[in-house]
Amino acid sequence: MLKTDIQELVEETTGCPATCVSPVVCQGLANCPAAAFRPSPVILIPPTENADDEPQSKNFTSTRNACKLCTPLGACLVFRGVEGCIPFLHGSQGCSTYIRRYLISHFREPMDIASSNFHEESAIFGGSSNFQQGVLNVLRQYEPQLIGAATTCLAETIGEDMPSLLRDLHEKHGDRITAPIVTVSTASYRGTHMDGFHAAVKALVEQLGTSSACSSGRESAHSSNSESQSRLTSAATIQCEKRVNLFPGMVSTADLRHLKEILADFGLNYTLLPDYSETMDGETWLQYEKLQTGGTPLNAIAATGSAKASIEFGRTLASTETAGTSLQKKFNVVRHLLGLPIGIRESDAFFALLAGLSGQEIPVKSQRERGRLVDSLIDGHKYVFEKRAIVYGEEDLVIGLTSFLCEIGVTPVLCATGGHSKQFEKALREASPSLPAESLVKERFDFAEIAELALSLKPDFLIGSSKGYRTARELKVPLIRVGFPIHDRIGGQRVLHLGYRGAQELYDRIVNALLEVKQETSTVGYAYL
Amino acid sequence: MIELLPERQPQVVRKADGAPAADMACGKASTAGSVSQRACVFCGSRVVLYPIADALHIVHGPIGCAAYTWDIRGALSSGSQLHRNSFSTDLQEMDVIFGGEKKLEATLLELIAHHQPKAAFIYSTCIVGLIGDDVSAVCKRVSAKTGIPVLGVHSEGFKGTKKDGYRAACEAVYTLVGTGDTAGIAPHSINILGEFNLAGETWILRDYYKRLGIEVVACITGDSRIDDIRRAHGAKLNLVQCSGSMTSLAKMMERDYGIPFKRVSYFGIEDMSAALYEAAKYFSDDPTIMHRAQQLVREEVAAIYPELQRYKQKLVGKKAAIYVGGAFKAFSLMRALRLIGMETAIVGSQTGDKEDYKQLQEMADPGTIIVDDSNPLELAKFCLEKDVDLFIGGVKERPIAHKLGIGFCDHNHERKEPLAGYIGMLNFAKEVYASVASPVWQFAPRRARSK
Repeated sequence: MLKTDIQELVEETTGCPATCVSPVVCQGLANCPAAAFRPSPVILIPPTENADDEPQSKNFTSTRNACKLCTPLGACLVFRGVEGCIPFLHGSQGCSTYIRRYLISHFREPMDIASSNFHEESAIFGGSSNFQQGVLNVLRQYEPQLIGAATTCLAETIGEDMPSLLRDLHEKHGDRITAPIVTVSTASYRGTHMDGFHAAVKALVEQLGTSSACSSGRESAHSSNSESQSRLTSAATIQCEKRVNLFPGMVSTADLRHLKEILADFGLNYTLLPDYSETMDGETWLQYEKLQTGGTPLNAIAATGSAKASIEFGRTLASTETAGTSLQKKFNVVRHLLGLPIGIRESDAFFALLAGLSGQEIPVKSQRERGRLVDSLIDGHKYVFEKRAIVYGEEDLVIGLTSFLCEIGVTPVLCATGGHSKQFEKALREASPSLPAESLVKERFDFAEIAELALSLKPDFLIGSSKGYRTARELKVPLIRVGFPIHDRIGGQRVLHLGYRGAQELYDRIVNALLEVKQETSTVGYAYL
Repeated sequence: MIELLPERQPQVVRKADGAPAADMACGKASTAGSVSQRACVFCGSRVVLYPIADALHIVHGPIGCAAYTWDIRGALSSGSQLHRNSFSTDLQEMDVIFGGEKKLEATLLELIAHHQPKAAFIYSTCIVGLIGDDVSAVCKRVSAKTGIPVLGVHSEGFKGTKKDGYRAACEAVYTLVGTGDTAGIAPHSINILGEFNLAGETWILRDYYKRLGIEVVACITGDSRIDDIRRAHGAKLNLVQCSGSMTSLAKMMERDYGIPFKRVSYFGIEDMSAALYEAAKYFSDDPTIMHRAQQLVREEVAAIYPELQRYKQKLVGKKAAIYVGGAFKAFSLMRALRLIGMETAIVGSQTGDKEDYKQLQEMADPGTIIVDDSNPLELAKFCLEKDVDLFIGGVKERPIAHKLGIGFCDHNHERKEPLAGYIGMLNFAKEVYASVASPVWQFAPRRARSK
């Protein structure tokens, strides 16, 4: 048989017999390299200027446009998620004011953070007297149930020791100390805001948690059925039965509300810590509330030691001492570490765990939500398939988002974080086994580095906080705003990420952003999909 | 019920009818635990120098101070956007133990090589002094290697208040003044000090002075360039707007170069016009300047007055609270509010001095609350007591107003609409109107109940 030109060409280029006209037909032919061909989800990074190397960002000593915040910020947010608690920073006035301003720009709620307001003498002779005066003034002015005191780099550098400051305070003013004080060490030269966040949660359970704070009474303070019930708080008894702790990490107020709903649907009694769903996303008032209503009640924190299990979100926390590990050691509360439940599989794991802990089936409501989510992924799959995304933010948020993006067929070409737990890439690839090997996973990264890589990576969209806006604008691609901070939109604090419902919202936003680009750039301006 | 802390009481005054102005306590460190709205020394330096667009601004310390000040001001530049980045040495624990000088030097060298700035400012944060870094030695070395001025700013957060940060910034800037060539500067020339080109305000002002025939040599620091600052000593007059931050620079220039300075404000019709006449009077050797100033004021006022009157009709009798950084801005705001028919029921600042507060008391209506270095609880208490319709302040005050169902107008460095000049007055009236007249307040519990 005479070979056609095309067959010859195929033979030359594929090494397959001439009769084999396509790699698919070649399958099963042992000597044919193309036989190994499978439709593969692996996407090659298109050639960059320097095609042999992976795209590189020049190595800088400095941090340029950080993709992280300082440690005390995380602690302050946690403390505002505890009922009646006022955050207190032991350091300069500026630390508290900057952190307040930053949190306000995202949450659009009052965020009062007291400061011991160091001055020169405090830096030389120690901040004890400022600390004492500050605590007394805060107690008088705010009448808090708890003071959450965190250190700053200044206090840590001069060697302020919080336990001994507390001792001095009680010796001198014991009768006037009307609220407990939880302390946490948050030097900003150690870790990021996420480390401060987790450290504050740990400090709360270590300093307030007990194994005998619950009863088998009928009502529970911070439980299932009623939001108004949780506001009654302290006086209410805490139910031991079917009791779990949930330490969700830094998620949105909408996420916190959704988590409470899910736990309630499973009939679980729980301590959700922190819970700033009301304090940082509340209503308009008739009278000024010195400290916004809401937050995890203190007796619910006390009860963390008597729960049957703790659930902690954050794959990077595998080898970190956390609230969960602490409770496990001290009170034998079993710790379950899960990824942030973003997307289908990570949510499945969460729902399966809750089903196990509660002894109940996954509620029909959630099953339906999952079903609708899958249905919508099918409806929209074409518009997202092999789209290239840059994902950035806190380590565990990026891990969750990446997992979801891979599930829907998007290719994350760069997953970047300013965190530096050293667990990031391993944890991320475990959560997203289909992530192409070529995709870049970078920790200790900043926005200048992201912007530099973005030029050659040519993403179709960015997903992360408002901080990526400049890069998205330069590249003329959409930015899907998630996480923290979102300070250039209304409702940034209300973005839902978690569970099937969160995945649904994320999916709709992603697919619609891409459709909008397609529609806008279309020459005819079609009106149907 | 919100009570004032006893320590805070001397910093609050209620204007009594006919009584002489009371002596107000001010200018002191914030009370520990009072949740002051102030920031720190670093903040003072950073906000003042931030708009210098062709300089590198490096924050030497752990990441927070740099992260929280990344691109937060609306200070526009007509060219270089370098100032809108956040550069930090991002000190880690080992740097704190072994010192951060090497990291600072490496940071400077790499960033200067990469960005080719005209100068570099190094902001020292709290711990830099404590760990003993010799920042000025690094500055000298790097300056010698790179040939550009590398200036340390002594802005350790705890070493004073925001005002000390202003002074540190002025001192750093002043080392540049006098190093440039003043050839070709017109006989009628000014510098504008303490104007930051928020939302392009400097451009509006430059246009006015140009129309008067007056050359603006340097605006420090709105849309500022290092080369302009270097030749600022060639100007004949300094006009100081944000007096809290820039008076010390004006005084140094007066002392060393004999350049007199005048305090002005560009907010509101009256103050804006006064600022133009001030310069025209100073250059009385050319009477056409005054003539042109009068002409300009007439034209500009005529262009906005009818519309202002329309807003006034809607706003007359409404009450406002003002809480801003510097007291001088508060004067202008009170006058501007009066022009659109509104009363000021509460007025305060973070950094006012005794003279400022005396003047505020003189200007205020009887019953007005005047406050220094206030905090959220006090401001909320005063707002409820006075039942105000509008709060004028910055980001940190916004939720206080909004939670109580009170309109809010941002007059801080994040604003996106110019509020200076005549067009600024019109924008201000528009924003006040939009804040007060929106139908949403009817649903706020405070208003819903009074219905």
